[in-house]
Amino acid sequence: MSKNTPQTYITSGHSGCAGCCDAFAAKFALMGAGPNTIVVNPTGCLEVMSTPFPYSSWQVPWIHSLFENAGAVASGVEAALKALGKKDDIKVISIGGDGSTMDIGLGALSGAFERGHDFTYVCMDNEAYMNTGVQRSSGTPFDASTTTTPAGKVSFGNPRPKKNMPAIMVAHGSPYVATTSIGFPRDMIRKVKKATEIVGPTYIHSHAPCPTGWGFDTSKTLEIAKLAVETCLWPMYEMENGEITQVRKVKDPRPVEEYLRAQKRFKHLFTMEGGEEEIKKIQATADWNIKHFGLQ
Amino acid sequence: MIDPTYRKKMVVVEGSYAVAHSAKVCRPNVISAYPITPQTHIVENLSQFMADGEIPNCEYINVEAEFSAISALIGASAVGARTYSATTSQGLLLMHEALFNTSGMRLPVVMTVANRAVSAPINIWNDHQDAIAQRDTGWIQLYVEDVQEACDTLPQLYKIAEDNDIMVPGMVCMDGFILSHVYEPVILLEQDLTDNFLPTFQPEDILDPEDPKTFGAFAAPDTYEEFRYLHEQAMQKALPKIESVAKEFEEIFGRYHGGLVDGYMLDDAEIVIMSMGSILGTIKDVVDEYRARGEKVGVLKVRSFRPFPKEQIREAIKNAHVVVILDKNISIGTNEGALFTETKSCLYNSKIRIPVVGYTVGHGGRDIRVEDIAKIIEETKKVIKSGIEVESQFLSLKEELL
Repeated sequence: MSKNTPQTYITSGHSGCAGCCDAFAAKFALMGAGPNTIVVNPTGCLEVMSTPFPYSSWQVPWIHSLFENAGAVASGVEAALKALGKKDDIKVISIGGDGSTMDIGLGALSGAFERGHDFTYVCMDNEAYMNTGVQRSSGTPFDASTTTTPAGKVSFGNPRPKKNMPAIMVAHGSPYVATTSIGFPRDMIRKVKKATEIVGPTYIHSHAPCPTGWGFDTSKTLEIAKLAVETCLWPMYEMENGEITQVRKVKDPRPVEEYLRAQKRFKHLFTMEGGEEEIKKIQATADWNIKHFGLQ
Repeated sequence: MIDPTYRKKMVVVEGSYAVAHSAKVCRPNVISAYPITPQTHIVENLSQFMADGEIPNCEYINVEAEFSAISALIGASAVGARTYSATTSQGLLLMHEALFNTSGMRLPVVMTVANRAVSAPINIWNDHQDAIAQRDTGWIQLYVEDVQEACDTLPQLYKIAEDNDIMVPGMVCMDGFILSHVYEPVILLEQDLTDNFLPTFQPEDILDPEDPKTFGAFAAPDTYEEFRYLHEQAMQKALPKIESVAKEFEEIFGRYHGGLVDGYMLDDAEIVIMSMGSILGTIKDVVDEYRARGEKVGVLKVRSFRPFPKEQIREAIKNAHVVVILDKNISIGTNEGALFTETKSCLYNSKIRIPVVGYTVGHGGRDIRVEDIAKIIEETKKVIKSGIEVESQFLSLKEELL
């Protein structure tokens, strides 16, 4: 990292897996947010691995309450800072996984955004409930095999596409919603910084590949993350006041097969009868992304 | 006879208005609540105070559910704000998981609970099942008898909860409708007196970038148990604090509603009636009639249900010939109300050997009349002579509905 690289505020020594996507996501998010930040963390891998009492990896004030209430806790933190006259100096960010963000915590998050609290929510989307053993979430992509949507004799795995979470947050009237990926640290740091500087509820959805849950070598986290973007399965864009304002172009999109083949969670698509047809459906999603977001 | 100067200060207002006024003069920094009958008038009045600019340095969060109401206060309290909410029944039940979290993180959030029955069947009227269901969440629970006490207990509870040796959240439990919607003469808490009584919230640990701290960490088996022990120790420290704060309040405001417990005609009482909440007023009226006839009947009001004042209860009833306990709740599967079970429990390892009988009463707002109390006293008298035949029972079942 060059001397211009922003400092991070989460220490090494946490108990995350080798190649942990959450550790990257938290690190990049704090690089963007800076030191005058209070972090609200819902339950998940990140909370467990970073705060085994009496240790803590956090060099900024940090609070974890429950799995489903980060949006509400962040609302309270922000309101209290306002009431105590500290809000101008202190930023509030919440960093949560796909389960806490898109499923169990969606109500609290929706409430916080609807009320217009001035904070940034960062979703680190590793596409399943990794902490409890790789069960399906609404962030799990189509045909991924998880422990609650396993591929089997009559199943190709998860039967539904990912929930379009950024669109939901845009629908709340958020002034800034962006997607990013831990495979592109500078992009993520820039977007989090931008989000925290905008007044109002802002949302960053970061793709975060998990070696354990997805089944790839621990040295490949960033590589797999980049591959998701290069196959156009993970479009990176910014939306300001409901309009797309910037898109990361992909000049020569690679076939989705390359991304799928690199992960055990899609292994069955290459061995089961009918797998080819399924891969075509996934390619169609990538093609739709290319067209819809103007990725080329 | 009410002192004329005292009477002059009284106004007739709705219970909910008086409570909202109390919350206001406690100078909360963050209020977060979701409307639910019969708590609604409290939060509506607070909203009006906010709209009129009457609560300085305060943010009011109109949340999307009670679960978020308490969750927002967790965040706010951790930043160092004084926080307030009010709820009841299903709302309190919806908060359940976060109630443990509030107390486990030792955040002194204060709430008013306008006690109400729980579904199903749905019922909006008063009993204590909602708060009793939260008894193990690690919150202080103070039950009040009338509107004045509901008002006066709020600043007391802040002072107890925010004590740096305690740091445990608490709820003032007032009977829904019976107290929340009644118009009674009360003295509204004066701002200057309240400021003298209740200092600003000065927690030792807050979320502050100048001195970063980690709240709500992960604790493995090698550390978790000590957190539970320290929480229990804090509750034990709250026992004397509840007593001393009630007396401090009396010194400044001239009103005393009891500390952990409060006796009425108790000193020589042979029959002691124990209960919590607004029913005590009816009980005291009946006891007055018995006393007028020379019968030694007394009342023990239990104000603090959590922490549970074992010693004070033992002391108060040790000379009685029989104790009868009226509970507006039931722990289904025991045929007993909670106060009954816990009172019996606290007597077992003592030298006090007196019969204790229980009635579970007033479910879902069923009226408890003077004649019901008299009937209970008459039945209880029989216990002195012939021993306990029925340990605990429902008071007023309608056979035709069974």
